[in-house]
Amino acid sequence: MGRKLLIHNDKVPNIHTLEVYRANGGYASVEKALKTMQPDQVTDEVKKSGLRGRGGAGFPTGMKWGFLAKPEGVNRYLVCNADESEPGTFKDRYLMEKIPHALIEGMITSSYALGAKTSYIYIRGEYFYVARIVEAAIAEAYAAGWLGKNILGTDFSHDCYVQVGGGAYICGEETALLESLEGKRGNPRIKPPFPAVAGLWGCPTVVNNVETIAAVVPIVNMGGEEYAKIGIGKSTGTKLISASGHINKPGVYEIELGITVEEFIFSEEYCGGIRNGKKLKAIVAGGSSVPILPAALALTTAKGEPRLMTYESLADGGFLTGTMLGSGGFIVMDEDTSIVKNLFTFSRFYHHESCGQCSPCREGTGWMEKILQKFLNGTANESDVDLLWDIQSKIEGKTICPLGEAAAWPVAAAIRHFKHEFIEIAQKKKFVDISHYDRLNKLVKA
Amino acid sequence: MKVTIDGIEIDVPKGTTILEAARMIGPDVAPPTMCYHSKLKTSGGYCRTCIVKVTQGSAANPTPMPKPVASCRTEVMEGMVVENTINKEILEARKGVVELLLINHPLDCPVCDQAGECHLQDLGYSHGAATTRYEFPRREFERIDIGKYVQLHMTRCIMCFRCVKVADQLTDNRVHGVMHRGDAAEISTYIENVIENEMSGNVIDVCPVGALTDKTFRFKSRVWFTKPVEASCDCKKCSGKVRLWMKGEEVLRVTARKDQWGEAIEFICNECRFEKKNTADWKIEGPSPIHKSSVISQNHYTNLNELKVQVMKQQKALGFMDINKRP
Ligand SMILES: Cc1cc2nc3c(=O)[nH]c(=O)nc-3n(C[C@H](O)[C@H](O)[C@H](O)COP(=O)(O)O)c2cc1C
Ligand code: SF4
Ligand code: SF4
Ligand code: SF4
Ligand code: FES
Repeated sequence: MGRKLLIHNDKVPNIHTLEVYRANGGYASVEKALKTMQPDQVTDEVKKSGLRGRGGAGFPTGMKWGFLAKPEGVNRYLVCNADESEPGTFKDRYLMEKIPHALIEGMITSSYALGAKTSYIYIRGEYFYVARIVEAAIAEAYAAGWLGKNILGTDFSHDCYVQVGGGAYICGEETALLESLEGKRGNPRIKPPFPAVAGLWGCPTVVNNVETIAAVVPIVNMGGEEYAKIGIGKSTGTKLISASGHINKPGVYEIELGITVEEFIFSEEYCGGIRNGKKLKAIVAGGSSVPILPAALALTTAKGEPRLMTYESLADGGFLTGTMLGSGGFIVMDEDTSIVKNLFTFSRFYHHESCGQCSPCREGTGWMEKILQKFLNGTANESDVDLLWDIQSKIEGKTICPLGEAAAWPVAAAIRHFKHEFIEIAQKKKFVDISHYDRLNKLVKA
Repeated sequence: MKVTIDGIEIDVPKGTTILEAARMIGPDVAPPTMCYHSKLKTSGGYCRTCIVKVTQGSAANPTPMPKPVASCRTEVMEGMVVENTINKEILEARKGVVELLLINHPLDCPVCDQAGECHLQDLGYSHGAATTRYEFPRREFERIDIGKYVQLHMTRCIMCFRCVKVADQLTDNRVHGVMHRGDAAEISTYIENVIENEMSGNVIDVCPVGALTDKTFRFKSRVWFTKPVEASCDCKKCSGKVRLWMKGEEVLRVTARKDQWGEAIEFICNECRFEKKNTADWKIEGPSPIHKSSVISQNHYTNLNELKVQVMKQQKALGFMDINKRP
């Protein structure tokens, strides 16, 4: 069994309450940090731990905290990104729903390190019931003195607020999130300046993912060096993986970074293999925006080494033969899956979620969806494959925020690895079964 | 700060953007723009036509920037090296941006009031492809009435946000903005509100396309049949420095004066723009200066030949088709 540091207590009855959470060792990191450590020492432990952002980009958290500007007399903020909307990703929900105090504890300890008197947890609109759970936990924490004035009798005071978003994927992009938090339309900002210098209300701000902040708790408790012993190379610690698709046991798993992809998919401890005895066809390893990999490349790198669940191994081979760990949204597809239809679903999503600020993404995402619709309708030509390829290349890297890439990469990867499926449909040798859309539509109408 | 753009070095003050530096060198190297406006703060960054390649970030940190950057929103660094027209990838990428800007655009210039002074028309002509690869129905919107002076036709909007910035920066209460998102986003007023403000007419001048047009001028004349002259008056609300668009002795339209890049130099008030349509209201200073993309006006070019040569040289350098030999 791999070690678990984040959700090891998820099956303990009533772990969502402060009483049970505390009885199981909760809030120890706050005690340790506030009573025995200087804020910079906490940051140093996070640096030593090698923790990387769990929201998708994998940026070293200690380094991000180190960039935070600290001008005299200016407020600093910690903002928790709980907008989790990337298709295939649902780990933050699990953590907040089951063990809300793990996030709140992390918020307090992290805010102490950053010198933030106020922090915000921005939760996606569709998670309104999760917001209630987190709010109830915050109220408990205030009542017990973990939040508010002079926590544990120290000079450190802290307020933590929950803000529910309107349900837009783009508000997960950190600067769009800040705009939304300020009460404006959630459009990504043009960078620089970066949030570390001018974030929320123009003040220095750190934006971190739910899981990143929760991971600060075990790091402070066990020490950064101990934490860094878990994992391989620059992929340290544990990671929550949202496993979905054609597997026997979908769900949220905490893994030690460094296990093989094969173990993750086929072992009983995790996904339990492909359901109905089918064969593995492809995986999307890190949320819908990362490149899809066919089975062979999912299990072994182009160099012939076993593919590991680490930032480096999954990225091995670049986009030609590799992918990304991303947010850990692990989608498994069996041999019966139509890659083209899957791509259509993803593209429709990115089209729907584009904020519309910059021309390549605003116009290009819709165009790609329309062309993919032709494949579903059986009216596509072979030249449409080249056109799709060309459009994605015209979006990638030319936009304000990475949603442009998120929309372009899945298209590029699907064509790169599964071009024959597009061609077969274009040549009318195969058709996409779209009957379930009719069923869905009927359900929606009913 | 020293910066090199397309091999030409120039010394510019700190805080200058790549675009401004390129404009200082001249139109040969200046990237095309659609959403940047020099007189509007925080404008630019949206349309992505002005993207350039930074092959050397600075003298201190010479690594190239991985992605193309919007030159209008990127400040120069000491020793920065930038490629615009000499970089094939940038030209290709820009062609892509232009194509994407046009896929949902009606392109019915013959019946559009902006034709002749439209930045998108110029851009499509200079950087676009001759045919479209887009086969789907184009986005269309109803015309929205936003008051007695300004006509809003979203179908032609390219989401440059310049009119929003005008309302934010020149008027005290913005009543229009962006609704919805993605390719369904539209400029609109808050529940069919009317834009009524002394400076509101400037949205017409900053709109690079025919989405916001002057109702008092609509379809009175094609702009190229009118003659622009610089004029002024004593105005308490604005500088009173305007451009009159005349046909004979008649003032058909009043706009702000625009610089060589087609951007308003000083914003003017609604009274000057909409109410003073008599020659007697104005002191006429003389013909408007002509630039490469100026509306063709009759018989008062002083530098026409020089201009023609310049345009042709540029187009040759950029590898564009010869405008005189269009297929
Ligand atoms: C379109 C888009 C959506 C995003 N959505 C999320 C999200 O839902 N949750 C999240 O933590 N990060 C999301 N991110 C990444 C954030 O911008 C940011 O990198 C992250 O919150 C930083 O936290 P970390 O360093 O702890 O990973 C998104 C990025 C983009 C471009
Ligand atoms: S890339 Fe898309 S989502 Fe991001 S700013 Fe541009 S239009 Fe908006
Ligand atoms: S806005 Fe410009 S490009 Fe569009 S129809 Fe009018 S003149 Fe033509
Ligand atoms: S209406 Fe005109 S000025 Fe306003 S965003 Fe659209 S194109 Fe730009
Ligand atoms: S002019 Fe620079 S992005 Fe539009």
